[in-house]
Amino acid sequence: MNGFGIVKGLFVTIKHFFTTYWVDLFHGKKNKTRAARRGMVDSAGLFTVQYPEEIIIPSEEFRVIPFLIYEVGENGVRKYRCTSCGICAKVCPTQCIYITRKKDEVTGKPILSPEEFYIDTDKCMNCGSCAEFCPFDAIKMDHDFEIATYERGETHIYSKEKLGKPLEYYAKIRPVNYASEEAVRHEKASVH
Amino acid sequence: MSEQTANHPLYYEMANKFPDAIILEVRSGFFGAVVKSQSLLDVAKTLRDAYSFDYLSAVTGVDDFPEDRMEVIYHFFKSIGGPQFELKVFTTRNEPTVPSLTGLYPGAELQEREIWDLFGIKFTNHPDLRRILMWDDFEGHPLRKDWKEPFYEEDVKPFKNRWPEGKARHSENTNPFQDNVQYPREFNPANWTGEADHLMYKSLIMSGEQSSNIIKTDQLVVNLGPQHPSTHGVFRMVVVLEGETIVNLRPVVGYMHRNHEKIGERNTFLQNMPYTDRLDYLSSMSNNFGYSITIEKMLGITPPERAEYIRVMMAELTRIASHVMSIGFLMNDLGAYFTPALYALEERELILDIFEAVAGSRMMCNYFRFGGVVRDVPEDVMKKVKHLVENRLPRKIDELDRYLTKNEIVRTRCEGVGVITSDEAIAFSATGPILRATGVPYDIRRADPYSIYESLDFDVCIRNHGDVYDRYLLRMDEIRQSLRILRQVLNRIPKGPVISGKPQYLAKVPAGESYGRVEGPRGELGFYIVSDGKPNPKRYHVRAPSFINLTGLAQMCKGAKVADAVTILGSVDIVLGEVDR
Repeated sequence: MNGFGIVKGLFVTIKHFFTTYWVDLFHGKKNKTRAARRGMVDSAGLFTVQYPEEIIIPSEEFRVIPFLIYEVGENGVRKYRCTSCGICAKVCPTQCIYITRKKDEVTGKPILSPEEFYIDTDKCMNCGSCAEFCPFDAIKMDHDFEIATYERGETHIYSKEKLGKPLEYYAKIRPVNYASEEAVRHEKASVH
Repeated sequence: MSEQTANHPLYYEMANKFPDAIILEVRSGFFGAVVKSQSLLDVAKTLRDAYSFDYLSAVTGVDDFPEDRMEVIYHFFKSIGGPQFELKVFTTRNEPTVPSLTGLYPGAELQEREIWDLFGIKFTNHPDLRRILMWDDFEGHPLRKDWKEPFYEEDVKPFKNRWPEGKARHSENTNPFQDNVQYPREFNPANWTGEADHLMYKSLIMSGEQSSNIIKTDQLVVNLGPQHPSTHGVFRMVVVLEGETIVNLRPVVGYMHRNHEKIGERNTFLQNMPYTDRLDYLSSMSNNFGYSITIEKMLGITPPERAEYIRVMMAELTRIASHVMSIGFLMNDLGAYFTPALYALEERELILDIFEAVAGSRMMCNYFRFGGVVRDVPEDVMKKVKHLVENRLPRKIDELDRYLTKNEIVRTRCEGVGVITSDEAIAFSATGPILRATGVPYDIRRADPYSIYESLDFDVCIRNHGDVYDRYLLRMDEIRQSLRILRQVLNRIPKGPVISGKPQYLAKVPAGESYGRVEGPRGELGFYIVSDGKPNPKRYHVRAPSFINLTGLAQMCKGAKVADAVTILGSVDIVLGEVDR
C-alpha cells in the first residue's frame, strides 16, 4: 500500500520523541545526569548534554596538549622529570617542541634538566607521540580541553612554567597508567 | 649478478610476447615489468584482454632526482581478485611524456591529471590534461624533488631548528602576502580573468550531447559548489543543464589541497601515522590500517595475534561508524532534514567513545604502529564493545531499516537514479560500495586477503542495479556483515602482547617499494611507498578511494535531474580530506 512505508517510519520518530521525555522524567532520577547516562551503551532518550552545566568526564587515554610532570622538592622548587634528551622533539610530527639543556652555572657542564621547554600549541596536533616515546615518563598528554583564549600570539606558545603540572595531577587524571608506571619504577629501583 | 629472477611469474610470459618492449626490474617489492613508453598501450591492452587485468587500481609517478629519470607506475588487478601486476614506464625529467591510458582504462583520467599537476609528466592523447589539485596558474610541479615550498625549511624531519633564536615563529608573521604563494613571473593577479574556467565551460557544452527533446532549450552551465552544503566540503560540480536535465558534468577538486604526499616525504615513516588520520577523517582507523600494513610488508614483520584481532575490530567499527553516517547524510541530501542523520550520529557517537577510550582521540586516532597497536584494549572497553555489537547496534540498524528502507519518498528519489553498470564501474576504477552495488563481488578483504580476514566468516555483499538505492541498501548489508565479523572477533580474541618487539620511533625500512591496500569504508585505500633506505620515504602515495570514485560521477549523473546530482554525490560518499589530500 502506498504511503505505508512513510507511516511506519513516522512511528519510529514518534517513539523517539516520547522516549526523550519518558527517560528524562522517570529514569533520569535514578541515573542522575544525562552525562553519566550517555557513557552507557543502553542509554535511550535524549543523547545530548548541556555542556557547561554538565561535563562528560573524558576517558583515561583522552589526549590534548602535552604537559611536563614535576615533583615538588624542598622550598617548593619544581623538580621536572624531564632530562632534556630531546626524543619528544625528534618524534614530533609537526616539530612543535623546542628544548635547550640546562648548564651548570659554575662549571658550564650540561645538567640533565631542561633550561627552556616550549610547545607551540598552534602547531601541536595532539597525536601523543611525545608522551608515547618519552623514556622517563616526563611528558604526558593532558585532559584539559578548555584552552580557548582571546589572544593568539604569545599565549599559544606554552613555556616550561605553563606546561608543568604536579605528579598528583597526573595520578588523578590517569590513575591506571600512573599505577602501572609506578610499579615499573619501583621494580627498577629495587634492582639497582 | 648473473641470474636475476623477476618477482612476478607473469613477467616471463609478457617478456616472450614483447621481447623488445619489456625490461626486467628486480627492485624488492615490485611485481611486474618495466615497459618502454612507446609500447605501453600494446602491453596494457594485452594485459587487459588476454590476462583479464581489467582493473587499473592506481597510477602514480616517482621522481628519481638527482638522476634524470621519472617513473610512472600502474597497478593492475583482476576484478575477480588476486594479486597485482605492475607496469613501470621511465621517462626523462626534462621532457617527460608518456602515452595516456585513458582510452583503455577511463579510470586513469583523474589520476593522470594529478600526475601531470604534481610531477609535470605529459600524457599524450589525454582528453582533458589540466591541473587538478593546484590552481591553473600555479608555477612548478610540487612533487618533484627539486621543488621547494614557500616556507621551505629542510628536506626531511626532524628539522634542525624550527625556532630561530629559541622564539616560536608564527607562519603568518613571516609576511604572507609576499612569499607564501608562488606565481609565475609574468602573472598579475589584477589581470586574472579566470580564462581557464571559461574554456572548461565551453568545452563542456561542446562535448555534451544534444538531447532529443521536442522543446529545444539553451544549454546552461551551473556551478554546484564550491560552497554548498550538499557537497560535504569544498567541492565543485560544473554541470551543463538543458532545462533541468544534466547533459554533462565535471568535478572540480583541490580546494583543500595541502600536498599530503609532499608532507609525507618530509616526515619519517612513523610521523606519517597521525597524518593518515587526516585523509579520510571519518574512518581514520582504516587509514592507519592501510599505512601500517604497507610498511609492515617492507619491514617483513607481522603483528602478534591479539593485535591483528584488535586491528580488525577497530577497522570494522570504523566501517559501521562511517556507513551509518553516510546513510544519515544521504537522507539529508534527499531533504529529510537531519532527523535520520542524527539517529545515525548517535550510534557513531558510541563507537567514537570506544575509540576515545582506546586510542585517546575520537577522530584522529593515531592508534596503529608498525607491528601492532599502541596499547591494549582495556577489559571494560571490551565489555562495552561486546554490548554494543550484540545488543545495541543490531537493534538500531533494524530501526534505521524500518524507518527508511521502505519509505516511498526515499524509494522514488533513489531507485533508478545514478545508475552505473558493472563494466563501467570497473573501467572507471570505482571501488567499494559503488562497485559492489553494480553486482561485482570485489572486496579486498576477500579478493586479496590481508590480516586475519581469511579466517573470518562473512559474505561479500552485492546488489545488482547500481543505483543510489542499491548503494544505500549495500551499506546496510555491510553494516550487518561487519557486526557478524565483530561477533567472531570478540569471541575469538586471544590474550597476549599487542606489538611485536619494542615500540620504536625510527623504523628502519629497507630500500624497495610496496603497494598495500585495505578495504576502507569507501573502497580500496592503497598506499604506495618507495624507500631508499633512509629514515624518510622517497615516495609516499595515497590511492584515495573517494577521489577515484569521482571519475565515474559524470557517467552516473548524465541524464539525471539537477536535484539528483546532489543525491548521487551523497551516495558516492566522498570525504574531501581524502579527495584533495
